[in-house]
Amino acid sequence: MSEKVLMKGNEAIAEAAIRAGCLHYFGYPITPQTELAAYMAKRMPKIGGTFLQAESEIAAINMVYGVSSAGKRVMTSSSSPGVSLKQEGISYIAGADLPALIVNVQRGGPGLGGIQPSQSDYFQATKGGGHGDYHLIVLTPASVQEMADLVSLAFDLADKYRMPAMLLADGTMGQMMEPVELPDEAPNMIEKPWAVTGTQMKREHNIVNSLYLVPEELEKTNNERFERYKYIEENEARYESFMMDDAEICVVAFGIAARVSRNAVVEARKQGIKVGMIRPITVWPFPKKPLAEAADKVKSFISVELSMGQMIEDIKLATSCKKPVDLCYRVGGMIPSPEQVLESIKKAAGGNE
Amino acid sequence: MAVVFEKPKSLTDAPLHYCPGCTHGIIHRLVAQAIDELGIEGKTVGVAPVGCAVMAYNYFSCDMVEAAHGRAPAVATGLKRAMPENVIFTYQGDGDLASIGMAETVHSATRNENITVIFVNNAIYGMTGGQMAPTSLPGQVTQTSPYGRDVTTAGFPIRVCEMLATLDGPEYITRVAVNNVKNVKQAQKAIKKAFENQINGKGFSLVEVVSSCPTNWGMTPQDALNWIDEKMIPYYPLGVYKDRSAEKEAE
Repeated sequence: MSEKVLMKGNEAIAEAAIRAGCLHYFGYPITPQTELAAYMAKRMPKIGGTFLQAESEIAAINMVYGVSSAGKRVMTSSSSPGVSLKQEGISYIAGADLPALIVNVQRGGPGLGGIQPSQSDYFQATKGGGHGDYHLIVLTPASVQEMADLVSLAFDLADKYRMPAMLLADGTMGQMMEPVELPDEAPNMIEKPWAVTGTQMKREHNIVNSLYLVPEELEKTNNERFERYKYIEENEARYESFMMDDAEICVVAFGIAARVSRNAVVEARKQGIKVGMIRPITVWPFPKKPLAEAADKVKSFISVELSMGQMIEDIKLATSCKKPVDLCYRVGGMIPSPEQVLESIKKAAGGNE
Repeated sequence: MAVVFEKPKSLTDAPLHYCPGCTHGIIHRLVAQAIDELGIEGKTVGVAPVGCAVMAYNYFSCDMVEAAHGRAPAVATGLKRAMPENVIFTYQGDGDLASIGMAETVHSATRNENITVIFVNNAIYGMTGGQMAPTSLPGQVTQTSPYGRDVTTAGFPIRVCEMLATLDGPEYITRVAVNNVKNVKQAQKAIKKAFENQINGKGFSLVEVVSSCPTNWGMTPQDALNWIDEKMIPYYPLGVYKDRSAEKEAE
């Protein structure tokens, strides 16, 4: 690792992407991810890369589709309303089995919503988002350091499994400044024999495509993709476990909600409440296994979200509804305070006495 | 026996799915011929549209990408930025290029993106069974303009070449037709030039090919070709609308 620098989350993503070998960036202005595009606009021309401000989010994601078809690492970034616009292209990228990185620095919705932080695109990110059966690998950073670290992981996983990956951040994570050690290892590039780089008259033509008019063929591609997804669910779920050894209450939270919840867990422990936290780092694949195991030990779960109760459904599924799951939330750009989470923990502890 | 006529090498052996009398076959051939003559098949990547030519990726022997409806110029932009040494072309219809993909068309033109765009204008949505297109003529009867295109409610047809020629960006904008031998010869020259421009780094070149759709126009192939002369070309005059390099030389 290199020296520590002080950076905004959005900038850390940009620099980490460049260091991960991504030399092509396409975007469209939207708050609160602007620093990311601005960083790319400054850096890319200096290193022979592409920064292109597209005419729309739709165009940007299709430019991503083009670069990815050529076998190069590529990314786009946006915030919630813009990510909705990208969904058509993301579905095509998934359907054509192309790797790419999409960054969503979430803001409150629905509609134009607001410009303050949110996690209310959870369903969109984890259940596919566009039309058709597909998933993205969805990584959720909880610090500026993770913003940087998860970027190169996202590119590696996307390349390995030939599917789009999403960094699901929020306005707070994008805007806040923290010291960060930027990765300085050479990026892990793999061969992409499927890429449309020109036949050079040495092979049959490659075709990047998501159209299958014969239903048997389309069914086959869907089944094959879901075999891959099954393997990913078994092997790539990532999470952090905090004070879970003797926990009777399990807080589940990611991103900024996990930062707040951590403080509440520490405070509750001081007050003698046996509480711990499972922080999903990937929300697809969702860390089902540790949650299922926790369900056999704890009395209840609390889902802390910046949404109206979205991740809570995955917690209930992962735990087969074995234990009650409470919801602690704020929305619209509001963030739960550590006190609010602590109250939820106390309520859960009291309710079980 | 002496071979006097051959299929271009840049076309595969896959049988074309197009309707009898459709001019897509001719236009495919002209594109493939240009690729052959310039010896660029090995470094060419084509982008197919959504529309009748959606399966063009099966017909060209170069590498191919299938784009979402209207997004071919954006996909081509990505391909070209990633591989500046390769030759990138899009092949799009009127609904794809002039309706849902208008923003991508205009902006790739104004950026003078160094790509070649083949724009097939047959004034109708063919693949979906004959709906009104942005280029359907005033009064033209289609499935979604059953009483004829009423310009007071459906607006006027868009003349893409004339509109793009107002931009400072693009290098070469031209309209040709493929309804007779003379026009096909002209189209052949224009398409080759549009590829040469890209090879020479000159930038965005668009060839609009006025084309027929006997099936959805409800005509015999011959009547459809005549209709191009009688109705289409008067509204969409053939000619070069912008040729920056030629204009510079003339100065």
